Amino acid sequence: MKILVAIKQVPDTATQMKLGADGKTIDPTGITWIVSPYDEFAVEEALRIKEKRGQGEVVAVSLGPDRVKEALRSCLAMGCDRAIHLNDPAWGAADTLMTARALAAVVKQEAPQLVLCGRQAIDDDMGALPAQLGELLGWPSAYWIMEEAVDADGKTVRVARQVEGGLEVFDLPLPAIVTAQKGLNEPRYPTLKGIMGAKKKELKDVKAADVGLAAEAPQLSITALEALPPRPPGRIIQGDLPTAVKELVRSLREDAKAI
Amino acid sequence: MPNAFWCIVEDDRAGLPKKVMAEVIGEATRLSGGAEAVWLTDKASDEGLKQLGEWGATRILLVESAGLAPYRAEVWVKVLADLAAPEAPRAIFGPVTSKQRELLARLAARLGVGLSADSVAFAMAGDTLTATRPVYAGKLLSKVAWAKTPCVATLRPNVFRPAEAQPGKTATVERPQTSLGDAFMKFVERREETSTGLPELTEAETVISGGRGMKGPENYVILEDMARVIGAAVGASRAAVDAGWRPHRFQIGQTGRTISPKLYLGFGVSGAIQHLAGMRTSKVIVAVNKDPEAPIFKIADYGIVGDLFEVVPALTQEFKRLLEK
Ligand SMILES: Cc1cc2nc3c(=O)[nH]c(=O)nc-3n(C[C@H](O)[C@H](O)[C@H](O)COP(=O)(O)OP(=O)(O)OC[C@H]3O[C@@H](n4cnc5c(N)ncnc54)[C@H](O)[C@@H]3O)c2cc1C
Ligand SMILES: Nc1ncnc2c1ncn2[C@@H]1O[C@H](COP(=O)(O)O)[C@@H](O)[C@H]1O
Repeated sequence: MKILVAIKQVPDTATQMKLGADGKTIDPTGITWIVSPYDEFAVEEALRIKEKRGQGEVVAVSLGPDRVKEALRSCLAMGCDRAIHLNDPAWGAADTLMTARALAAVVKQEAPQLVLCGRQAIDDDMGALPAQLGELLGWPSAYWIMEEAVDADGKTVRVARQVEGGLEVFDLPLPAIVTAQKGLNEPRYPTLKGIMGAKKKELKDVKAADVGLAAEAPQLSITALEALPPRPPGRIIQGDLPTAVKELVRSLREDAKAI
Repeated sequence: MPNAFWCIVEDDRAGLPKKVMAEVIGEATRLSGGAEAVWLTDKASDEGLKQLGEWGATRILLVESAGLAPYRAEVWVKVLADLAAPEAPRAIFGPVTSKQRELLARLAARLGVGLSADSVAFAMAGDTLTATRPVYAGKLLSKVAWAKTPCVATLRPNVFRPAEAQPGKTATVERPQTSLGDAFMKFVERREETSTGLPELTEAETVISGGRGMKGPENYVILEDMARVIGAAVGASRAAVDAGWRPHRFQIGQTGRTISPKLYLGFGVSGAIQHLAGMRTSKVIVAVNKDPEAPIFKIADYGIVGDLFEVVPALTQEFKRLLEK
């Protein structure tokens, strides 16, 4: 069974974000880049499916600039068999839909039975791409997956998706798209052997023309990126415990009107 | 209607729109002067239709069909796309819920238009709509614009001012003929969470959060006691979830739930950047921590430096005294 995992490279969550000079992008200096955490759950799950079935292929794919190779290498080090890098200036201003179109074109070429994604990429926090990919391909999709089981024939996948107040369990005919939520698994760390082996695995560069796409304009564009408005300074309530607690409740009721 | 602002209804699966729809309709009305509600359901109710009208929906498109339950994107998205084509709305809004975050993304792809997910503000300049959305775990705000209409967006709950109900105001109700999309997914079962008897984390107006400072799962009862007094939900930091003290569905933060309550009270939470990512847009933030240097105090409106095991019971008593008056 062939599984494709879509991963995105994002700034490490602890990175302080600075604005770029154009007011629309971030200043990339000093950023540590990582594989988006939810995508690691997706990679891990793909590897587990393959291991459980005793055969198959896991292909990592990502769209982004040159630095993205490093993220794909770490997926190869975790155990993915090969990687595809959608790397073309035509995708420089790609929005979610444009990225979904590019990935859909790759999916059509590769024809996997299952596509795994993360619940959301922790840079743009859209959480939209997997659904859009499903729509473009005409495949069923299931969001925020906490459990998954591919049947022995490789014809369906049973998933439990997290919804308000519970879990909903569905059978999806393959091919299908599912998105990983935290709690699905614990991603493995690459071993030294894995890291060494990754250097020999295929990492293919793909241009827009290779997947039959022409340049297009994004449907959603960023007009400005801004720092958060500062929160008004807070107040540490002093005094002994009974006084402080009384004053806190009074402030919440009378000043903040929050209770 | 052409150029209308559509609000896709989220309901309680028992015939009533959820309260968050007052926020969505309120914002759509402020932007356009008249919002339209689009309600797909297996079970509507007169009371639900009345509620949408009182919140300010001028027109309701109701598609009621047994085939719409349980929700499957592939079934729903066709209905919405078929309705949108002749109507040409200017915008299609919905609240961020497990259903709509997927549904509206698929709809935007089907219509070939942009999507602003998890929006926290909008502005209309002439005919042009722009949205603001938090990015990089809420560290920055991104302003976005659409290349063409309909502008599809999901709205973060508890951020937008809800419409005030106007008793007696009604909407015209239309029941358009539509056909459902083919269902590929097969429903197996729904596993209900054991009910805490407290509000849902993402919907609650007040959220109490306990971190590693809670020291163990048994101690969350003191937070639950407080929650019952003030009608709050109880959440947790990742440290508490990873320790197995609370199920993952209660995790607040970048890899958990995003909340935006009117009041957030954190006990024994240090305020790591990934935790802040999930609660930073809370209106009022209270922190109790024994470490005066804890980063959470930087964003807290009110703080008490002290031992939570002393503060929590005293605070619960004081809330009780206030609310029982
Ligand atoms: C990729 C990634 C994603 C993450 N996602 C999330 C996420 O979604 N949500 C999240 O919360 N974290 C997340 N984290 C983890 C985050 O970095 C922190 O480790 C975590 O939030 C810490 O939880 P905490 O505040 O409960 O624990 P700690 O940081 O250990 O803080 C405990 C606090 O309790 C105080 N304390 C102890 N005892 C008492 C007492 N008796 N009375 C009062 N105060 C007391 C201490 O002074 C301390 O400040 C993520 C990390 C990574 C790398
Ligand atoms: N540039 C990209 N390349 C490959 N996969 C992506 C890309 N952007 C997003 N994804 C996938 O889609 C998921 C959701 O992303 P987003 O909708 O941007 O929050 C991610 O977790 C990835 O699995």
